[in-house]
Amino acid sequence: MGRLIFFIQEAARAMRRNAAPSLAAIVTTAVTVILLGVLIPIFQTAQAKSDEVRGQLNVQYALFGDATQAETAALGNELRGIPHVAKVVYVTKAQALKTLSGELKDKSIVSELKTNPLPNSFEVFADDAGNLPGIREAVYPNGPKGEPFNPIIANEFDRQHSAQKIEQVTSALKIVLTVITALLIIASLMLIGNTIRLSIYTRRREVEVMRLVGATRWFIRWPFMLEGVVVGFAGGLAAILILWLGKITIVDPLSETFHFLEAQNDASVNFPELMVVLFAAAVIVSTLGSGLTLRRFLKV
Amino acid sequence: MARAKKRQQRDDEPRRPRARRAPIIELNDVTKVYPGGHMALDRVSLAIGRGEFVFLVGPTGCGKSTLIKMLIRELDATEGQVKIAGRDIGALSEKKIPQLRRNIGTVFQDFKLLPNRTVYDNVAYALQVIGASRAEIREQVPATLRLVGLSTKLNSYPDQLSGGEQQRVSVARAFVNHPPLLLADEPSGNLDPVTSIGIMQLLYRINKTGTTVVVVTHDREMVDNMRRRVVELYEGRVVRDEVSGGYTEESTGEFGLRMQAGMGIGSEGEARTNGHDHEHLV
Repeated sequence: MGRLIFFIQEAARAMRRNAAPSLAAIVTTAVTVILLGVLIPIFQTAQAKSDEVRGQLNVQYALFGDATQAETAALGNELRGIPHVAKVVYVTKAQALKTLSGELKDKSIVSELKTNPLPNSFEVFADDAGNLPGIREAVYPNGPKGEPFNPIIANEFDRQHSAQKIEQVTSALKIVLTVITALLIIASLMLIGNTIRLSIYTRRREVEVMRLVGATRWFIRWPFMLEGVVVGFAGGLAAILILWLGKITIVDPLSETFHFLEAQNDASVNFPELMVVLFAAAVIVSTLGSGLTLRRFLKV
Repeated sequence: MARAKKRQQRDDEPRRPRARRAPIIELNDVTKVYPGGHMALDRVSLAIGRGEFVFLVGPTGCGKSTLIKMLIRELDATEGQVKIAGRDIGALSEKKIPQLRRNIGTVFQDFKLLPNRTVYDNVAYALQVIGASRAEIREQVPATLRLVGLSTKLNSYPDQLSGGEQQRVSVARAFVNHPPLLLADEPSGNLDPVTSIGIMQLLYRINKTGTTVVVVTHDREMVDNMRRRVVELYEGRVVRDEVSGGYTEESTGEFGLRMQAGMGIGSEGEARTNGHDHEHLV
């Protein structure tokens, strides 16, 4: 117990007397945590969004209005028989109208319609986005301009083209974000490591003297690691406060307007959870960083 | 609690029959070759008894500092045995090295004080390292600082002190836990002659308490005045080892000549050499 108090006093003394390097380490840690706190949600949102789009990838076939129920059911089975088809959903014109009115902001457009112009349709989902072209080919064996394999199919909805584009864009975005996040994590870890090394390097003579008077490695190391704890704690706390302020003042109000940001809020990212993880990471990295960097100066 | 045990260990040491007879420092054919191939020590054999006051002299690069570093296991011997109080320190595990160093006080030319600590805290650190209680620290530190004549500067920082005062702090730190052995590597190297004498007197007083003191020095005058045992190294070999008391004006003169030239010139007189003749030097 007396030892612990001594180590804490030592750490406090060191931070007082080496305020500049300690502050630099705190700021570096804070900046890193902020960076991660911003990037990880963006990354996760992009991932979630892209997965969402991927899941939506389907082809929709409009049917002629005069198709009988038996014909429609037969077509459904035929579509299910095509390789790589994961799911086939029959959408009645009434359902389609309901979906449309849900997507439109101005509901009056729908209510003004006297009749329902939408056709009955089949939504065909592929097991993978990459297999979608094969399915479309099976439905239109003679190319998009040719005759469909079943005469009750009126036409193919245009929707999947844009879906495919979104898919391409989001996967590219995902790769870019992964690379940027990885680079930033590496850079910030090196930055933290370097800051810690610098602050310890300025005190290597001190460590040398401690060894000379017979201090054991852990006796020397504990104050440094406690310092690491304090630096990680202070840096992490500052970062989380800033991130939290940013969330309630910028992200939350905007997410009411922008769908994309809203997705961030209810997607896989849980803000308090992320903050806890980042805070713990800051403390651990800073503490272990101090302990490990010291090793080279502790060699006898 | 841990401290009590350690204290016990140390106090027990002299009571063991083997250890009682053993010299505090014993070197048997110690050779040190640095990675570059430079031979710093060449089959050095030397014994220093408990309570002795020994000067270690010789020109720069003769291996004095290497020898001191070996005694605190900052360096390992390439060959041969280094024994402290009868124990082969080359065989000590790395974990035991701090233990060894706690029993050896060290004083260096550059003082090696902790710049962020006051005089008091610098000296107290040596006791904190061995786990001394607050009460012990409160008692020992002021007492030791009184011994070195710095009782008025307890709260000064090293950079507020003169060189001589800093060296006194360093001596106080080396002596505060009353180690059986005190090594001083050029303790007066950075100090003016008057201050140097003060430091030497201090070391002498410490020696009087029973602590073995080994002083590495260039200061010929000091060696002359103190009339203690002198071991001279030259190119890694012991070329002279004069026992205490047998240190006459004549030999001082001879020593001076040799110090000047950095090598042996002329007749060797009664200088007792340690297996190496001076022919090696010429």
